[in-house]
Amino acid sequence: MAEVTTLVPLLVVVPLAVAVLLTATSHWLPAWVPDLAAILAAAAVTAMSVVLVVATRTHPIVYWFGGWRPVHGLPIGITFIVEPLGASLAALAALLTTASLVFSWRYFEEVGHLYHALVLAFLAGMVGFSLSGDLFNIFVWLELMSVAAYALCGYQVHQAAVIQGAVNFAIINSLGTFTMLMGLAMVYASTGQLNLSAIGHQLSANPPGSAVVVGFSFITVGFLTKAGAVPFHFWMSDAYAVASAPVGALFAGVMSDLAYHTFARVYWDGFAPGFGVHAAAVIRGVLLAVAVLTALLGAVMCALQADLKRQVAFLTISHGGIFFAGIALLTARGLAGSTLYLITDGLLKAALFLSLAIVIKGLGSSDELALHGRGRQRSQVLPMAVFITVGLGLATLPPFGTFLSSALIYDSPGYGWLPPILVLAAALTSATVLRSTARIYLGWGPAHDPLLTSRKPDEPEEGEPEESETGLGLRTRLWLLTPALGLVLVAYGVAFTPSVAHELVSAAAALQHPQATEQLVLHGQQSPPPVVGSYAPSASAWAYGGSAAGGSLLLAALGLWWRRLGRRVEGVALVLARGLKAVHDGSVGDYAVWFAAGTTVLAIAWTGLVR
Amino acid sequence: MSVFPYLVAGVLFIAGLYGVVSSRNYIHLAVCLTVMQSSTYVALITVGYLTNGQAPITKGAKPGKPLVDPVVQSLTLTDVVVSVAVLALVLSLALRAYRTHGTLDPDEMREMRG
Repeated sequence: MAEVTTLVPLLVVVPLAVAVLLTATSHWLPAWVPDLAAILAAAAVTAMSVVLVVATRTHPIVYWFGGWRPVHGLPIGITFIVEPLGASLAALAALLTTASLVFSWRYFEEVGHLYHALVLAFLAGMVGFSLSGDLFNIFVWLELMSVAAYALCGYQVHQAAVIQGAVNFAIINSLGTFTMLMGLAMVYASTGQLNLSAIGHQLSANPPGSAVVVGFSFITVGFLTKAGAVPFHFWMSDAYAVASAPVGALFAGVMSDLAYHTFARVYWDGFAPGFGVHAAAVIRGVLLAVAVLTALLGAVMCALQADLKRQVAFLTISHGGIFFAGIALLTARGLAGSTLYLITDGLLKAALFLSLAIVIKGLGSSDELALHGRGRQRSQVLPMAVFITVGLGLATLPPFGTFLSSALIYDSPGYGWLPPILVLAAALTSATVLRSTARIYLGWGPAHDPLLTSRKPDEPEEGEPEESETGLGLRTRLWLLTPALGLVLVAYGVAFTPSVAHELVSAAAALQHPQATEQLVLHGQQSPPPVVGSYAPSASAWAYGGSAAGGSLLLAALGLWWRRLGRRVEGVALVLARGLKAVHDGSVGDYAVWFAAGTTVLAIAWTGLVR
Repeated sequence: MSVFPYLVAGVLFIAGLYGVVSSRNYIHLAVCLTVMQSSTYVALITVGYLTNGQAPITKGAKPGKPLVDPVVQSLTLTDVVVSVAVLALVLSLALRAYRTHGTLDPDEMREMRG
């Protein structure tokens, strides 16, 4: 074990050190050196994370920085807790970063010398965020990843929409992180601890009072803002729609959804020990309400977009709601399913974002309606195949990766009404991908649709380098498609890793056992891993997966030809669509109002937690 | 321990949030964000404060007097660093907005709706 433990700090040290070196020297280096160095660093982090996932299958690793171990159960140092779920998310972040860097090597003509350093700092932030076992350090990693993300979002672009998107992103996210810090101060004032396990220990001895409950709701708001849960999601569609393709792939693929998983860790290690059965029921109810609202609103907004990148942004919001539903169930299967879903879905979304860049560069627009039928060329067969594969993957096509993940959530005991809602959200979002694919590559459906926002086709694109008339050469196109293809293959194939579901469920059960984590973190004592049965999707899960895949095809057809339903349907749909779109008005002030309202409602909903 | 500093923190937080909601200027927006973050400094420092305490410097400390909590002070320092980074980024975006579009008004920059 000793050798494996030394890998833990390297997960963040390697990207940060390479980032610093590149910042200092890249002015004088030939252009290919930063590209290669950054790709190697990201690939190294991927490999180390995968090694750690395998090594921690039975026993998590606790790493104390500087060797400051706890004295008599009192933590004085700061720690990384490496367990399979967190480590596999770190692996996802690193793999997507590698793919995105390979892609951007050919994608940008002139990228500037800070780009690679920012991407690597962003990666270090994401890795630290998913592994840190200390509340304040989670905040610091969150800020590192957020600040790098704001900079990447507004990197080297001058269009108004990009500045608007980046500012909205920075402001609303900062509101979230400050609120989280305020909550952290309240929790520290009541418990005197920042280490998650130590907070849990304190709260189980002294049941949480009103300050801890308000603090917990503020911390939750911070995570939900980063994750883009309704009503804290408004920044996300603006930011993702303007990010350049390699950056957007990282945002949509992993950044926001990580916050859901870290929230789960903070809840289980830090707060679950203090809350009783009644409080857990209140928390489950409130979180499920947020999750369902997020999944449905995101899906509907996704279906109403004409801009391909905004479709992905709302798809990310909606699927985030599905992951959050798995976490909110507070069961081991739910958490395991949500983690696997986050990974497989994240790979597909990143592949989708990268392939969109090829469409936008090759065909010259990011508007589904403007691109109507423009993809009917021999050279566009491969991108079309990628889109269809990704679309069906997002629709949880059995028996591949996303299906196995959603089946774990469906097979969690408890709420019978939940799976149909999640199926609907998955079907509607993937239907949007399939709809735009059919419209662009097959020319199906009309070229005008009043439900979708229609931009004038001759306006220039946002956040994309200007493209010359010649389009892309074959070699460049193949280079750009390769990372996306690789990600899709991994996403589809991960379900066939032997006993992956069983391993994840047992890791999730261990994570939901805070007393064992506390023994390990504060006293260095390993507990035996929890015993869970093997898992195979039930018959009803197969039915749900099949109906999501079938439903996505039906809804895609409905999305193309919905106007044949008649005038009355058209009128109602238009009124509803205008109302929903009016709320997403791009004004940062209005978003802040929604933020404040959401925070207040959440804090009030949780006053029932005070005993 | 007086409740007064917590009130100050609350007022700063709400005032900053109100500023963000009502702002019509990117620079004003950035400053409001900083005001809001200042509330977290006040809150953190207050959490660790002790009446009759002394600064948490063990070398040359007077015996018999308790030291105030040094953890929250280092948290505040980290927080200040974070806020400088965020402020610099938002200001640089404001600068770019002004250079390329000649305005600092978010509503005039607003292209994305729906």
